[in-house]
Amino acid sequence: MMTTSPTEREIFYQALTIRIRILIMIVSFFPMLLTTGILFYKFNQLYTEKMQTHTLELVQKHSLEIDTFLLEKLGNIRYVARQFDNNQPPSAFLKYHLENLRNEYGDVFTDLGLVNQNGIQFAYEGPFKLENADYSLAHWFINATQRPYYISDVFTGLRGYPHFIISIRIASADVNYILRATVNFGAFNSLVENIHIGKTGIAFIINTKGQLQTKKEISLNRAFVSFITDPRNYDDNETVFTRQQDDITGKKYLCVASMLKHINWLMVFRQDINDAFSELWKTQILTLICFIAGCIAILSVAFILPKSIVRRLSAADEKNEAMNQQVVESGRLATIGELAAGIAHEINNPVAIMIEEAGWMEDLLEEEESEGTKNMDEFKRSLKQINTQGKRCKEITHKLLSFARKNDSTTNDVQINDTIMEIVSLTAQMAKYNNVLIKTILNKNIPYIRISPSEMQQVILNLINNAIDAMEKTGGTITIETKISQIEANHLVITIEDDGPGIPKNNLDRIFDPFFTTKPVGKGTGLGLSICYGIIQKMGGKIDVNSQVGVGTRFRIWIPFQEETKKSI
Amino acid sequence: MDSVAHTQKNKDVIDVLLVDDEKGYLDVLSNRLSRRFIHSTKAFSGTQALQILRKKDFDVIVLDLKMEDMGGIEVLKIIKKMAPELPVIILTGHGSQTAAKEGIELGAFDYLSKPCELTDLIKKIKQACGKTSDMLDTPE
Repeated sequence: MMTTSPTEREIFYQALTIRIRILIMIVSFFPMLLTTGILFYKFNQLYTEKMQTHTLELVQKHSLEIDTFLLEKLGNIRYVARQFDNNQPPSAFLKYHLENLRNEYGDVFTDLGLVNQNGIQFAYEGPFKLENADYSLAHWFINATQRPYYISDVFTGLRGYPHFIISIRIASADVNYILRATVNFGAFNSLVENIHIGKTGIAFIINTKGQLQTKKEISLNRAFVSFITDPRNYDDNETVFTRQQDDITGKKYLCVASMLKHINWLMVFRQDINDAFSELWKTQILTLICFIAGCIAILSVAFILPKSIVRRLSAADEKNEAMNQQVVESGRLATIGELAAGIAHEINNPVAIMIEEAGWMEDLLEEEESEGTKNMDEFKRSLKQINTQGKRCKEITHKLLSFARKNDSTTNDVQINDTIMEIVSLTAQMAKYNNVLIKTILNKNIPYIRISPSEMQQVILNLINNAIDAMEKTGGTITIETKISQIEANHLVITIEDDGPGIPKNNLDRIFDPFFTTKPVGKGTGLGLSICYGIIQKMGGKIDVNSQVGVGTRFRIWIPFQEETKKSI
Repeated sequence: MDSVAHTQKNKDVIDVLLVDDEKGYLDVLSNRLSRRFIHSTKAFSGTQALQILRKKDFDVIVLDLKMEDMGGIEVLKIIKKMAPELPVIILTGHGSQTAAKEGIELGAFDYLSKPCELTDLIKKIKQACGKTSDMLDTPE
């Protein structure tokens, strides 16, 4: 990352963001899809199976009940038929047995009748006047003559009410009658009518022609009827599972049909599909909602997390780079320092000789003085000048040496005012060039602080240089002030203020960011203030900036001190 | 060191050993000191200084820190072994306070930076041989 340009870095981070995003999506979506899919499928299968089993059991149970009912009633009539005695008056026989049946089973049986082989009901006991009624053409009669017993379909017949007939053939040497009993339709119907499942589940009975044998008003389409009446569709349980769509309403139904054993009727159970599967569908919707919520969560994470990671990574990279630059910068400064120290030493020796030689000449001239020489005064002036200039050289080399030897991060007790004065004298020449005046208001009572003098020097030098750079065209004043902070306890505050052009607000927020610079390419690295910020942070202090365009800029640095260091002078 | 104290009491001239590899500097310094009643012997290297010191006693040694054959600090250590009480003034062109402070820790009397005022040097020399017991009170 060190050698790449900002654009390349941006592309790298974008690619990294996308890679992380894709990875998160694959890793999260794949198991979620798999798990949800399997659960969804298995749950559907199990629920459907369970529901079918439950319905089948119900239908079988009720079919058995109806079968039992019919078998019982058939048994009753068969018993009555066996009791028939031709010597007994038929009316008395019927009356006696109908009474018995009613006593035993309530009004299940409506009436009893004896029909001769010509279809004439010669004896009748019941509420209707059906004596001598002619059944010779009735469908039930034709069937009843052909088999020992017969249970008819439900029909209205002569009486005009729906009913069905159980008939037994009484055949002996001297008689060939048919004993017929009418079963109260209401009693039979209530057996089926009371079956309910869910909100819409109903039961009904049809014959093999698809005609309803119970009261319900239900429309059945032909395909459905032919399917459920086809014996080939029945499994071992004698039930068939199918779906039916109502021709009129278009509603879809789940249907289960079961063949009754003793009569060619089918017990059918029908429930609206929406009702039958409502719980399943609710669960499916809930699963779907959970799945969508999971997707949204994954997508959010996939979009937010990589950005945040890459942002942190980029910040860490930048910080790292800034630190590397700082190391390079420090190294550079150290090299310059060493070089300066070498040069200063080399200069100091000849300057010392120069000064001493001038001094020696002054010594010698003192001896000559009595004799009086024309140019004596000029000699003296010149020697004095050599001495003065030599001292000036000494000052310069001492400043250089002082700068060089302080260029390390070892901490020391530092009087910040001295550091400021050193830097002011170092930068005085440059300030003068740029028509900048440096004013100092230094509080003499500020305590010593334990910091690295070199780093502090770097910070102040940087701020002064920036101020001078900002005012190079206009000139101006830099005011440096030191005092004990009134805001922060045990902190001293250094204020460096200029009356330069100021910093625009949008730049002000980024001023301590690494690589942020407004200077032309090649002139500023954009690291100066970021390094200053780092140094002050390391010292446990803080730095802030206030600026107003056209008015000036003020940097404030707070450095903590300990009460004891105040005295450790 | 008793002999030095004795010498100090009995004669006005102070005997100083100047150690520096800058011949030109030593020559002119020696001349100027002699005019001020300070007798000086010149040594142009650390080795030479130690040789001279074995033969003769001095009141004060003025020692440069950076020399070609042997560093001033090294010479100081040897002098302090030979004559622990002999005051040594460090005169350095390097301007490094760290080295000078190291010298003080090793027993040097004080230090001065080159180029220095002759009067300052003489003042230090006189302090060194006259008031060695109060050396810690001496300002730079």
